[in-house]
Amino acid sequence: MNVIRKAFHEDFTIYRVAELKPLLLDTVAEGERIELDLSGVEHMDSAGCQLLMLVKREASVAGKTLAIVAHSPAVQSLIEFYNLAAWFGDPLVVAAQ
Amino acid sequence: MDELKQVFVQESGEQLDALEALLLELENRPDDETTLNGIFRAAHTIKGAAGMVEAAAVEAFAHVVENVLDRLRNHEIEVTTELAALMLACTDQLRVLVAAEAGAADKDEAQIAADSARLLERLNAYGPAGQHAAGSPRVVEPDVQRIPSPQAGHNCWHLSVRFGPDVLRQGMDPENFLRFLETVGNIRHLETLADSMPAAEVMDPELCYLGFEIALESAADKQAIEDVFAFVRDECQLAILPPNSKVGDYLELIESLPEDSLRLGEILVRVGALTADELAEGLRAQSGPAAGEMAQEARQIGEILVAQHVVQPELVAAAVAKQTQVSEKKAHDAKLIRVPADKLDHLINLVGELVIAGAATSLLSHSRRDGELIESASLLTRLVEEIRDASLQLRTVQIGETFNRFQRLVRDACKDLGKDVELLISGGETELDKSIVEKIGDPLMHLVRNSLDHGIEAPAVREAAGKNPRGSLSLNAFHDAGNIVIEVTDDGAGLNRDRILAKAIERGLVDAEAHLSDREVYDLIFAPGLSTAEQVTNLSGRGVGMDVVRRNLQALRGTINVDSQPGRGTRLTLRLPLTLAIIDGFLVVSANRSYVIPLDAVVECIERPVAEHDRNYFNLRGQVLPAVCLRESFNLPGERPTRESVVVVQYAGQRAGIVVDRLAGELQAVIKPLGAIFRHLQGIGGSTILGSGEVALILDISALIKISGQAEQRLLARPEQRSA
Repeated sequence: MNVIRKAFHEDFTIYRVAELKPLLLDTVAEGERIELDLSGVEHMDSAGCQLLMLVKREASVAGKTLAIVAHSPAVQSLIEFYNLAAWFGDPLVVAAQ
Repeated sequence: MDELKQVFVQESGEQLDALEALLLELENRPDDETTLNGIFRAAHTIKGAAGMVEAAAVEAFAHVVENVLDRLRNHEIEVTTELAALMLACTDQLRVLVAAEAGAADKDEAQIAADSARLLERLNAYGPAGQHAAGSPRVVEPDVQRIPSPQAGHNCWHLSVRFGPDVLRQGMDPENFLRFLETVGNIRHLETLADSMPAAEVMDPELCYLGFEIALESAADKQAIEDVFAFVRDECQLAILPPNSKVGDYLELIESLPEDSLRLGEILVRVGALTADELAEGLRAQSGPAAGEMAQEARQIGEILVAQHVVQPELVAAAVAKQTQVSEKKAHDAKLIRVPADKLDHLINLVGELVIAGAATSLLSHSRRDGELIESASLLTRLVEEIRDASLQLRTVQIGETFNRFQRLVRDACKDLGKDVELLISGGETELDKSIVEKIGDPLMHLVRNSLDHGIEAPAVREAAGKNPRGSLSLNAFHDAGNIVIEVTDDGAGLNRDRILAKAIERGLVDAEAHLSDREVYDLIFAPGLSTAEQVTNLSGRGVGMDVVRRNLQALRGTINVDSQPGRGTRLTLRLPLTLAIIDGFLVVSANRSYVIPLDAVVECIERPVAEHDRNYFNLRGQVLPAVCLRESFNLPGERPTRESVVVVQYAGQRAGIVVDRLAGELQAVIKPLGAIFRHLQGIGGSTILGSGEVALILDISALIKISGQAEQRLLARPEQRSA
């Protein structure tokens, strides 16, 4: 299986989503299993989260698997707040207090 | 809307002040995260507020500024001097735009637009390509604390929100509203829906497709919850169902929403609004009858269910407990209130009238010789005095804010003049009347600018003179004897005595033969003749508009003094009254006319023997002081009494005696300003109405001392007159 792993360091914010959308969709198109490393994403807002939901959905529709393999605190916090952790279905690392 | 705009103008003013202060701080500490965040937050707040009042010009401009700030905050671009200067210029432009929004701009529209365009072009050099479109910033989240839920009851509101497509572009992130919702209650469960998101090709990532189903545990009422979404109320579809709503209501909600009913039903179950059984029953009822009867049928089911539903008493108790918590929090938030200045002025006026009326009562009680009445009147007087002080206190503000504004001025002026000057501020917590603060700004600015321009030398010159190349300019404020004293001190070259004198003689302001003390020479800088622009260059000292500065100060019953040491620097001392409205006075009588001396100026009172009547000085325990006789100064008629009194007054370090017929005790004087025709009257500062209805003139001590001093100087200069 063609596994693509890609790390993002840009902010997933309204400022960047227009640039990110084609990037992400291209990444989805390239492989069967897409692994996103978002540990370098310092900021994420609703637009960024929504974009992630889109690519996740697109991947599922195309019968591919999209997994977020690493979350930055910002990404994790928003996904948890929106209660989307289960929807994304990725293991989240629970920070040891 | 008007009121909203007013608040907007005021608040943006405050935010802009904060922004400016932070930008200046950033120059000193370019890497400070807190400062960067603060700057960003201020810009964002302005933008958000502008959006609310539909101030499109402000919003659009602030948006671009914010874009650049965001990149700055993310360390995508560096803090440079040019960028800081540009940001400061943008702050100014925002000020103009806000003023234009209030209809108070002093530039015309075309010019404002041109300025904006020019700044935007410069800003775009710092923005990433293609960033011109509107976007949304990330807001720094307010500290949100979850109120622990005391009970796992069903006291949950159900909220159904579908955000409009444009909210993200307008800078309103759904996340912020939901986070804010947590201040109203506890989000028990939240489901995010993105079902309306179209296929990838047509999906515009800058549009919002999100919707939320929320179970909110809260003691707040529906209005309070709705208010959370006030900013996006027109942009979003919002349904709020109170706790323990009928199942029918939920079913209606499901129908009204765009998503698939079954899916929504599942979500409601997950959110906890419905149980699986309720849903199954409801949906069965729905699918059974024909479409037309569906709603009615659903409601029937709901009603049956509600009939069986009992609200547990402990839930009510929990709600009450939470309500107390919320109101305590609110009380904490409401420590400050905004009051329109004219309301305060009205209050102060009333207090002034109260003081006069109180004085009348006290006078009456004394003339009736009624002991009980006197006692109650004196209690009344004391309370009135306290009210007076408290209400005057309401209008006082700290002067620090005014001082801090000069940071910017000093910075900009230094850039222009190629000088290096440090501004030192002390005594910023000194309080004085707001009306004075407002009027003192311009004269102060003038003095500061003059010091920078002419006082402090260029770094090279300073170094050659053995001084620190970095000049220092200090602003200091403190209270002194009922006055506020503001000092503007620089460590520059000082005033050039000879050149000021030469110029004054050339202008015919002083006699070429005259012997003037240093102080008198320095005072010449306030003479109108020495204050036109072309003299600034050939006169080493201060020139521009110093007479205007002094006139402005005099209008505030203030004075200004200069101290200067050649090569060491100059100190300008401003003295201003704390308030313009009411003073404690000392009533004196001369030729049956009443005069009021400000009590703060009075040091002591002594008797004057007949033998000294003709002298214009007197002996105070071995110290010789000038005496000013009111009878002589004002040409009062009648015979001088055999026993006169001297009120020793002190003003700005000078002492003098004022000779009066008799003393009449303390009083509170509400100052009524004199009309314009009395403007040139020297020695009188205003008038007041006594309890008896009589008018008393308030003496201007500084002017009286000066007048007597000048008369003395004239006598000294021509001794032959004295003997004559």
